[in-house]
Amino acid sequence: MLLFIEQCLNGVQLGLLLFLLAAGLTLVFGIMDLVNLAHGSLYMLGAYFAATFVAWTESFIAGALLALGATLLVGMALEVVALRRLYGRDHLDHVLATFGLILFFNELVRMVWGPAGMSLSLPIWLIYPVEILPGLFYPTYRIAIIITALLVALFLYILVMRTRLGMLIRAGASNREMIGALGVNINLLYTLVFGLGAALAGLAGLMQAPILTVQIGMGENILILAFVVIIIGGIGSIRGAFIAAVLVGLIDTLGRAFLPDLLRLVLSSRGASTVAPAMSSMMIYLLMAIVLVLRPEGLFPVANK
Amino acid sequence: MYHELRKRGISVRPPLTPHNVAVAVLLSFLLVLPVYATLAGNLFLATLFTRIIILALAATSLNLVLGYGGMVSFGHAVYLGMGGYAVGILAHEGITSGFVQWPLAVIVCALFALVVGALSLRTRGVYFIMITLAFAQLVYYFGVGLDRYGADDGLSIRQRSGFAGLVDLSNRTQFYYLCFTLLIAAIYLTRRLVNSRFGMVLQGSRSNDRRMRGIGFPTFRYRLTGFVISGAMCGLAGALLANHTGFISPATMHWTRSGDLIVMVVLGGMASSFGPLFGAVALLTLEEALPIAIRAIAAPLFGDVAVRMAEYWQIVLGPLFLLVVLFARGGIDGLLAGARRD
Repeated sequence: MLLFIEQCLNGVQLGLLLFLLAAGLTLVFGIMDLVNLAHGSLYMLGAYFAATFVAWTESFIAGALLALGATLLVGMALEVVALRRLYGRDHLDHVLATFGLILFFNELVRMVWGPAGMSLSLPIWLIYPVEILPGLFYPTYRIAIIITALLVALFLYILVMRTRLGMLIRAGASNREMIGALGVNINLLYTLVFGLGAALAGLAGLMQAPILTVQIGMGENILILAFVVIIIGGIGSIRGAFIAAVLVGLIDTLGRAFLPDLLRLVLSSRGASTVAPAMSSMMIYLLMAIVLVLRPEGLFPVANK
Repeated sequence: MYHELRKRGISVRPPLTPHNVAVAVLLSFLLVLPVYATLAGNLFLATLFTRIIILALAATSLNLVLGYGGMVSFGHAVYLGMGGYAVGILAHEGITSGFVQWPLAVIVCALFALVVGALSLRTRGVYFIMITLAFAQLVYYFGVGLDRYGADDGLSIRQRSGFAGLVDLSNRTQFYYLCFTLLIAAIYLTRRLVNSRFGMVLQGSRSNDRRMRGIGFPTFRYRLTGFVISGAMCGLAGALLANHTGFISPATMHWTRSGDLIVMVVLGGMASSFGPLFGAVALLTLEEALPIAIRAIAAPLFGDVAVRMAEYWQIVLGPLFLLVVLFARGGIDGLLAGARRD
């Protein structure tokens, strides 16, 4: 039971990280109608920046904040230099151009930081596990990730639903031409939204950095997961992204943890240990296929698109 | 105009446009390449171009759905992998006859394309891109879990497909010409297909699906058929690729491979018969030539550092895709055709 709770927490934590990535992706998608495969590169950059700045400032918090700012700037620069020219184009063009950007960023990182990965060590106050339930110890850092991500989700909710900027973002998502015609500086809005999405991806990357190694291409597999999330949630819907992200995180983690045991009930133990890892990786894609077949627009389709 | 006249039985010489000249030059080059490679003993060139031709076949199959059908399949590498695994698994189990392996590769891919197509063609736009990707990822992870057949590390294929003495695939030149013939056959087939009534419906559905349905065409069936033909053709390319490398692993199905195929089609020129071939030649020779070019350009300026700079050739290749998208939308085929098409 304790193991189950622990795995659920892991699942929620993965889900919340996915949400940070997916939120940026779905915002950019919903408002600019841009498929950005290079979003995973921003996640990778966030992690590299964090590893560098933390080593440089010798403070985890200061390094993380600097990394966040740096990713924000890179994102905005990327939008102004390259992606701005892709708005209103075919989705195929987006796929191709941002696929090229992935190559570019991977190579850039290899040039600057070298081919070997980096690691980011945690400050002492985040290392030790705490007892959250009698007998259940959970790493402080993972709790910190969950809390941070929830705060960011709350911040996003307030930003999008309660502020003027959020109003413009929502208006932009439902009718781009109209808010342009109403005199909103739409270029600036787009750059800001893209920067926000980049910073969220960077945040996800830098929070994941101490758990995994910081390496080239780290953003690619999780990017596909983030795409799965926004497709399941319905493109453009932040609420959908949140629910789908937690769902995907839970299914993936619980699948990996418990599928081997479940399969052992029906298969031989050798067969089960062979099939289980592949099956648990396949489950989320299966979920996405099922969702798309039943509801081709995702679980929470955005109205009047 | 030219085709119109031909149809009426009036003989006309094909126009000497830059496009046709380029196609003729490229085809003659590909035709004599093995001769040169054998004479000069240049094994590298022969291997590279066999690979190019096989991938051009895969890109041609993708062009049928992507270029003519407007369906952006972001999981086409999966058919390369499945075709390859059909050959690899059968060889591993002791069945090396190509008469069994290749048809099976094609049939398995066709069936898989039927299932994927039937489910994903219900969606549109970016949802379609992503669902094809999801199915490809499914199979990719299935391959990673295939413990009996090498799992992540892949499977060596010690013996090439046998064709009862008709062709010997371990002979480089014979294998090259077999691939070349199949590519030309595929291009011809695609050309015939897209100019037929079936192809017209497919292209009509690309431009305006609702209107096509409005005038009474059940476009779903047409699109699905196109998707299945494309999958089958790509499966054949997979069987060739497995024979070429003597190895198959899940990496063949990685999503970046699917991205490469899309790049080939767009780079070469969508919805054009020879576009995918142009694209495959351009992308793969670029991958080989860029490091050399960087070294050559940078050497006088930076000296020894140039060798290290050449390692980072992808930093040039990536933005190149962006430039193609922004400024050369029609790809190489479009550039060759010039203003003629507009």
